[in-house]
Amino acid sequence: MSGAHLSLQNLACLRGGRLLFAGVDLELRAGGSGQIAGPNGVGKSSLLRVVAGLLQPYAGSVAREGAVALADELDALDRDRTVHGALGFWARIDEAPLERIDAVLADLGIGHLADIPVRMLSTGQRKRAALARLMVSGAPIWLLDEPANGLDVTAAAALGPLVERHRTAGGIVLCASHLPLAWAQDVTITLAPPQEAGAE
Amino acid sequence: MIRAIILRDLARAFRSGGAWLPLAFLLLIAALFPCAVGPNATLLAGAGGGMLWIAALLASLLPIDRLIEPDRESGVIDQLVLRGAGEGTILLAKGVAHWLSFGPPLLIAALPAGALLKLAPETLQTVMIGLALGTPGLAALAILVAALTAGLRGSGALTGLLVLPLAVPILIFGAGALQFGGGSALKLVATCSLFLCVAAPIAGGAALRAGRD
Repeated sequence: MSGAHLSLQNLACLRGGRLLFAGVDLELRAGGSGQIAGPNGVGKSSLLRVVAGLLQPYAGSVAREGAVALADELDALDRDRTVHGALGFWARIDEAPLERIDAVLADLGIGHLADIPVRMLSTGQRKRAALARLMVSGAPIWLLDEPANGLDVTAAAALGPLVERHRTAGGIVLCASHLPLAWAQDVTITLAPPQEAGAE
Repeated sequence: MIRAIILRDLARAFRSGGAWLPLAFLLLIAALFPCAVGPNATLLAGAGGGMLWIAALLASLLPIDRLIEPDRESGVIDQLVLRGAGEGTILLAKGVAHWLSFGPPLLIAALPAGALLKLAPETLQTVMIGLALGTPGLAALAILVAALTAGLRGSGALTGLLVLPLAVPILIFGAGALQFGGGSALKLVATCSLFLCVAAPIAGGAALRAGRD
């Protein structure tokens, strides 16, 4: 994964007739880490979705080298399957080895939940299962949307070493969060609410 | 990837009632119909084939609210798109899975249902061929409508309105094959079915893409 690269140029996003942000530049190379900060509703999640390719940018361009994995507020896990079974579906799609699931679950401290149906999980446990989906994929570029939401203090702190390990292996982490994160940032983009043109 | 989606959707369909549901549904209608119109064998044999067609259409629509919306809501479709799957490909896979979950069970159920409705063997054969040709189209239609209405509140009534005009050609030619004995009507069923199988993933995919903004 050493060739991973993420570059945003002059990115702008228009949603519902409202310009959320404009002129966002970012350059992350293998091992890089960035945070998108800013208050609620400023477009942090939209920026991540643009980077992931799920939203079309209004202007500017996104260049990615390497696969992306996104963990947002939607866990994309089948609620009536076990944690292991639901992750297994994604592992098959990503052509990742199934043994990786157990290792990742242990890393996230939810190894004991492998055989529990996803619908029985608590908010924090489901968040960690969604992070497990991201880690199992083996994609070099991680896009995290408020990864510490719903996690207890210990679990949130435990994310730090996992992210550092991913970066050491040559991965890239771009994280949207209004809170300080448990790992060091190379770049921080602070999105501010846009000035309404011509307002009052 | 298509294979993984088909297997997952099939497993989900079978867990939630699955293959038994369309089977029981068709037999239920075939059993109720003689009770409603009376046990007159000529009447049953005349109307029974069309009845089977209506039952097949309704059976294809039974799980329509579970085809796309749960996956859109839980982010599964986002994650698949993220991995490079086109929306059309996803819908194609879902359409195949949907057909597998109700088409073959329906064809099996048509045999005892034909007996309940006192259908002549050649009529039953025409119905079966027609269903085999038409159900893929009905599955594609269900997928298309499910994609169009995904994310809408109270889409139940809308679903019916959207399905009706598009399902009518298959129904007309399928039931028409029974009256006019065959060949050309069945070819028209196949034509409608093929058209829907091609158009549904394309149109539904566009709807999913538009709905993501």
